[in-house]
Amino acid sequence: MPSFNDPQILREIIMDHYDAPRNRGLIDDDSYIKINMNSDTCIDNLDIQVKLNGDHIEDLKYDGEACAICTASTSIMSELVIGKTIKEARHIIENYTNMIYEKDYDADLLEEAIAFQNTYKQANRIKCATLGWTGLTRILDESEG
Amino acid sequence: MDIKSIRADFPMLNGVTMQGKPLIYLDNGATTLKPQCVIDKVCEYLTTYSGNAHRGDYDLSHQVDQEFEHAREVVKDFINASTKDEIVWTSGTTDSLNMVAYGYALKHLQADDEILISVAEHASNTLPWFDVANQIGARVKYIPLDEYGCVTMENVEKAMTKNTKIISLALVTNVLGHHIPMKDICAYAHQHGIIVVGDGAQSVPHEVTDVQDLDVDFLAFSGHKMCGPTGIGVLYGKYDLLNKMNPTRLGGGSNTRYNSCGIVSLKKPPYRFESGTPHIEGAVGLGKACEYLQSIGLQEIYDYEQQLRAYAIEKLKTIDQVEIYNETSTGAIAFNIKGVFSQDGASLFNKYGIAVRAGQHCAKILDEYLGVNTTLRVSFYFYNTYEEIDQFIDVCKKGDDFLDAFF
Ligand SMILES: Cc1ncc(COP(=O)(O)O)c(C=O)c1O
Repeated sequence: MPSFNDPQILREIIMDHYDAPRNRGLIDDDSYIKINMNSDTCIDNLDIQVKLNGDHIEDLKYDGEACAICTASTSIMSELVIGKTIKEARHIIENYTNMIYEKDYDADLLEEAIAFQNTYKQANRIKCATLGWTGLTRILDESEG
Repeated sequence: MDIKSIRADFPMLNGVTMQGKPLIYLDNGATTLKPQCVIDKVCEYLTTYSGNAHRGDYDLSHQVDQEFEHAREVVKDFINASTKDEIVWTSGTTDSLNMVAYGYALKHLQADDEILISVAEHASNTLPWFDVANQIGARVKYIPLDEYGCVTMENVEKAMTKNTKIISLALVTNVLGHHIPMKDICAYAHQHGIIVVGDGAQSVPHEVTDVQDLDVDFLAFSGHKMCGPTGIGVLYGKYDLLNKMNPTRLGGGSNTRYNSCGIVSLKKPPYRFESGTPHIEGAVGLGKACEYLQSIGLQEIYDYEQQLRAYAIEKLKTIDQVEIYNETSTGAIAFNIKGVFSQDGASLFNKYGIAVRAGQHCAKILDEYLGVNTTLRVSFYFYNTYEEIDQFIDVCKKGDDFLDAFF
């Protein structure tokens, strides 16, 4: 568990996930639910795929053209939610969103995602830090009808 | 030019901060800062003679008309049009170009006619042409850029065919910033009966413009990119062409009379195109902005900005991680910091109070030429300084630390 307040460590987390994104790359498999997240206001353009198994997230993939913030936050998210139940995943997303918008959140649940705790200082980058997370939420909403 | 006293004219350059640092504004291609005299001119309308134009029969309304038409006269002189009736108020370059596309081209072009543009054009000089061409079965074709990203006379001649009816080009493009040989293009096009439309959004603010010397048929530009208010711009058109153009909006102000049978007689240009209550404070503000720029001197502004650009290029070239895409142009500088996504780069500049644009800059087919999807862009104006460029360069050198913005 990284120290919450050491910028150097937080920076390394982001760079690590940017340089070597986890679970990146789409697969050709119809059992995945797919969504394109193409922000109107920024350049990021991500495709996200999620495979559900009952109430579990079995797998998550993504690819596209995205900045360091968007890529790394989506990569970290993928690691956090794969294997979790939809309910657990939603709880994590909620905590992440709270962190981004400077509300109370449970850092333990977020693990490496706390690297984005200061995003509010660059308000125009909130979109980047949440694009993947919003995409996952939409897929979950869709799957639950 | 006395930059210090010029900077004193701009409230935004005196005390405004970004991320706790004094603002360094290097996004003048997007919009420009406003001098106090323009702000005062706008406020003067709002506080001492608010009334409608061309309407009332009382002193106040008369004063509005006088100021409003005086601004038209000033703009006419600014671009050396032959009469002020060739100056149509619009909401900006986008509006002006749409008026030419839907009011002129849609009326006069036919199936299989061709409209020539380039891949470096702004969306506002691309999308209206796509739509008009679609509606009438005409085609949009591209003048190829040369290896430096320029539109050359040779390539214009090559791209022209017997079906070419309109050539529409930015005098200076917003990403690559090259000048085009507009005067030669107009001369050659006119020999073949082709109408030439100029997008002056990035040229008119920065240099002497003489529409009669260029012999351009239409010229579009925006007030906010030349120290004027937002929401006001100009369409210049040769008078006989304006006469052949349809208004794209109808309503109060554009007609002289109509009856219940639907017979309408329209006013003459430019009023034919100015239905509805105009942006009066915008127009008088733009007139004042033109006078302000003239008081400094457009040639002086151009020369100084070229010196700033050359200085910035020279410094940028000393930084290994910086890749420049348009070293030789005269406008904005398009560049990237190697390994840094443009938006991450812009956040780093933001952290140091420097406004730099990232992205595709509304020229979304340019990537086909550049081979990169997005760039950073800095664009100067006459109030920028060498010291500001030095600070900008210092941040460029921090490229590796681009995540600093987040901590
Ligand atoms: C070359 C060019 N054309 C057109 C426009 C559109 O101008 P406006 O948004 O003022 O209508 C711009 C502004 O970015 C531009 O740079």
